[in-house]
Amino acid sequence: MIGDALHRSTIADLSRLLSAREVSAVELAHLYLNRIDAHRDLNAFLDVRPEVTLAQAAAADARLACGDATPLTGIPVAHKDIFVTRDFASTAGSRMLAGYMSPFDAAVVENLGAAGMVTLGKLNCDEFAMGSSNENSAYGNVLNPWDKSAVPGGSSGGSSAAVAARIAPVATATDTGGSIREPAAFTGITGTKPTYGRPSRWGMIAFASSLDTAGLMTGSAEDAALVLNAMVGFDARDSTSIDRPPEDYTRSLAQPLNGMRIGVPGEFFGAGLAADVESAIRTALDTYRGLGATLVDISLPNAELGIPVYYVVAPAECSSNLSRFDGVRYGHRAKNYSDLTDMIKKSRAEGLGPEPKRRILIGAYVLSHGYYDAYYIKAQQVRRLIADEFREAFRLCDVIAGPVTTSVAFGFGEKAADPVSMYMSDLYTIPGSLAGIPSMSIPCGFGAHQRPVGLQLMANYFDEARMLNAAHQYQLATDWHRLVPPGF
Amino acid sequence: MLWETVIGLETHAQLSTHSKIFSGVSTKFGAEPNTQASVIDFALPGVLPVLNRGAVERAIRLGLAVGGKINRRSIFARKNYFYPDLPKGYQISQYEIPVVEGGGLTIRVGDVEKFIRLTRAHLEEDAGKSLHEDFAGMSGIDLNRAGTPLLEIVSEPDMRSSAEAVAYARSLHTLVQWIGICDGNMQEGSFRCDANVSVRPLGSDRLGTRCEIKNLNSFRFLERAIEFEVRRQIGLIEDGGRVVQETRLYDPDRDETRSMRSKEDAQDYRYFPDPDLLPLEIADDWVEATRQAMPELPAAMRERFVTDYALAPYDAAALTGGRDIADFFEAMVRHLPTEPKLCANWLMGEVSARVNRDQIGLGAAPVSAQALAGLLARIADGTLSGKMAKEVFDAMWEGGESADALIEQRGLRQISDGGAIEVMVDEVLAANPKSVAEFRSGKDKAFNALVGRVMKAARGKANPAQVNEVLKRKLDA
Repeated sequence: MIGDALHRSTIADLSRLLSAREVSAVELAHLYLNRIDAHRDLNAFLDVRPEVTLAQAAAADARLACGDATPLTGIPVAHKDIFVTRDFASTAGSRMLAGYMSPFDAAVVENLGAAGMVTLGKLNCDEFAMGSSNENSAYGNVLNPWDKSAVPGGSSGGSSAAVAARIAPVATATDTGGSIREPAAFTGITGTKPTYGRPSRWGMIAFASSLDTAGLMTGSAEDAALVLNAMVGFDARDSTSIDRPPEDYTRSLAQPLNGMRIGVPGEFFGAGLAADVESAIRTALDTYRGLGATLVDISLPNAELGIPVYYVVAPAECSSNLSRFDGVRYGHRAKNYSDLTDMIKKSRAEGLGPEPKRRILIGAYVLSHGYYDAYYIKAQQVRRLIADEFREAFRLCDVIAGPVTTSVAFGFGEKAADPVSMYMSDLYTIPGSLAGIPSMSIPCGFGAHQRPVGLQLMANYFDEARMLNAAHQYQLATDWHRLVPPGF
Repeated sequence: MLWETVIGLETHAQLSTHSKIFSGVSTKFGAEPNTQASVIDFALPGVLPVLNRGAVERAIRLGLAVGGKINRRSIFARKNYFYPDLPKGYQISQYEIPVVEGGGLTIRVGDVEKFIRLTRAHLEEDAGKSLHEDFAGMSGIDLNRAGTPLLEIVSEPDMRSSAEAVAYARSLHTLVQWIGICDGNMQEGSFRCDANVSVRPLGSDRLGTRCEIKNLNSFRFLERAIEFEVRRQIGLIEDGGRVVQETRLYDPDRDETRSMRSKEDAQDYRYFPDPDLLPLEIADDWVEATRQAMPELPAAMRERFVTDYALAPYDAAALTGGRDIADFFEAMVRHLPTEPKLCANWLMGEVSARVNRDQIGLGAAPVSAQALAGLLARIADGTLSGKMAKEVFDAMWEGGESADALIEQRGLRQISDGGAIEVMVDEVLAANPKSVAEFRSGKDKAFNALVGRVMKAARGKANPAQVNEVLKRKLDA
């Protein structure tokens, strides 16, 4: 049976329907492919290949028929174009990689594929995951389903828009400084970034290797926990992958919040925070109090240094990570050039967009002889201070709560001309990225122009289960995560 | 003015792992271009490096062999520069904290020994190769070599002549093969040296401006390049000029060095710790286990040869010039423990000459250490003269039969029967009264002529020592 609202179902519901054979994986695939097609104006997808999707769906149905299925077999998923895939082009939102076909799948894609999930296609994003509005994609803007004049956030703007519009029940995403949480907040969905080192980076096109973390966009915290179970795990191909036994992220979802200590960092409620966002966040905190949690005032005095630290470390790593895009072995190669050096220069000049170029320049500068100690080393020292502050804070509380963004989603072009104000969008998300702790955004209301507001939850290293518990209990008590933009 | 030369060497030893340092692909030399390269070596989007522990173990072995400090925590860094055969746009190397620091090597020039200090040894990956000749108007890129593990071994500027530099390079070359970390094949580029050369007025303790000379893929080129460079720098200064710090390339065809790039053109490599690799942690257990598995080192073996076998230091040095010759010698002595000096002479003389002539390694010699010891035993017991032994040895080299079998077949047994020799001597004395008279009138040369006649009568098989003795006794009588 396929009802009108099937696309609004949670993954848990879809899973039950699939295992009861009330809906087939092929039927689900058709449903979402049709929705993708109907909402092409969102520009969320960069590559859709129905024949690939339907073949995977048929294979999932075969597994379901012979009893070889996992809870995720037959559930459709779409991947941020930062993850390389054999069956779909992998562009990282860059002209440099237009049409690039990878000979292998990213570990995250592999893991979800092995669980039987069916790939819907590849999702638009800021070029090489650099941006906070998806306006840096070489393949055009993605529209926010709640308000098509607003940005969907970035860099995982395709992922957030797709899940918000329910043209995909779940999407992978990556977060380097807020690229999961900020777009999730802007589009009223649940965005989850696990502990750095928990998901494998194998097959993720690198932006800033010490920060890049794979995660998920879902309709709910419960869905995030279900998919995270299959997505993360030790991978010997990634030297920064952490060798810990697998765990069940759903195990403590149902636990009541009585006695949970929720830390509220005063620094996250400063002058930069818009009143509409603050009001929604304060209301959410009240809800937590009502659920039995204790609110604890905490302090993260160095968190405000997160932005300058981040804009040294991330560009430094990106300037090196993007050096492989030289037009020699793959990717864009200039048509006319005089010699090898000129070929590399022109190919990069033509293939890379303005934001990667800006960050490469910043990165090359901070790493250059004579500046390295003053910028890179100093930034790494402050980064450690910020991590230490979180460690201290988690002695006083179990979960930290606060805003994800300073404001609701802004309009196209509003910040594009002012990179620094764009960079400030990540004020509250960057500290958690620098520390490498798990964090997430859950919808908690609406602000100006009826645009969604996200509540950020952060937990200690490897404490995803507790963070998801806090999110799930909130979602049991509220309906924000169930709301779907009008027309979707 | 008198000038002093100051030389430091940077050596890249390709480590003898079966697979690359970060990708697990085979390192075998000579495959079709780009067939020994994986997605990691091609630096495709999304790939990551994983360190090969075999390369680290080899670095530990070198550290132990040179008495250096093995850092329990070292860091891999990215050296950033663009070149078409550098697929990632950076080379993974070690910069601030290398795996090995300090230590040194004792070299010998003539009879003089000298200790050359090492600055450091660090692990890094090799780049690919650009092939500019094979494609008209285009360049080819072969990434088979990309990611091959290298150990860059840097010396202090402790050498004062090209001879010392060559002695150091040879000694290091022997050592890396000895401890099994590098095959030492210079033609294939497995062992390459760059030389930092400067000159200063003799007696000065300030270093002059140095030039780095590249492309030194043989000991001869190393020597010639340094000699040219020293002449060039002295000439420059004596003509009122100034040495400019730069990188120079040695051209063996013209036997000169040429400027490649000056310090002003030197790139800023923007080193920083590679975020894809955790710091390299080496546990004490690992170092200890490696230490236990180390072979006896050439310096220790050289000393042992002098004390245990009473060999001259020069011979002991020659016999420890390589693991193969040392092993061969030890095997010979095991089979003929009473004659180490005889074993040494034959190995350094006859065997080395033939191995060089046939251009084969000692391992491929058709005569084993045991078979050679069998031959030498027949010299020691008087069965063969040295000359006869050489004849037998030739036959052994050609045919591979044992010395005893050949002696039997050819009837080469030396005549050591005193009675038979007496008879032959008597006959020769009787037949050559003129020579006897000459000898007795004081012409010593006549004695040799008489020996020759006895040996001729014996068709060369008479024991020469006995012939001498009998002849002498009879003439003096």
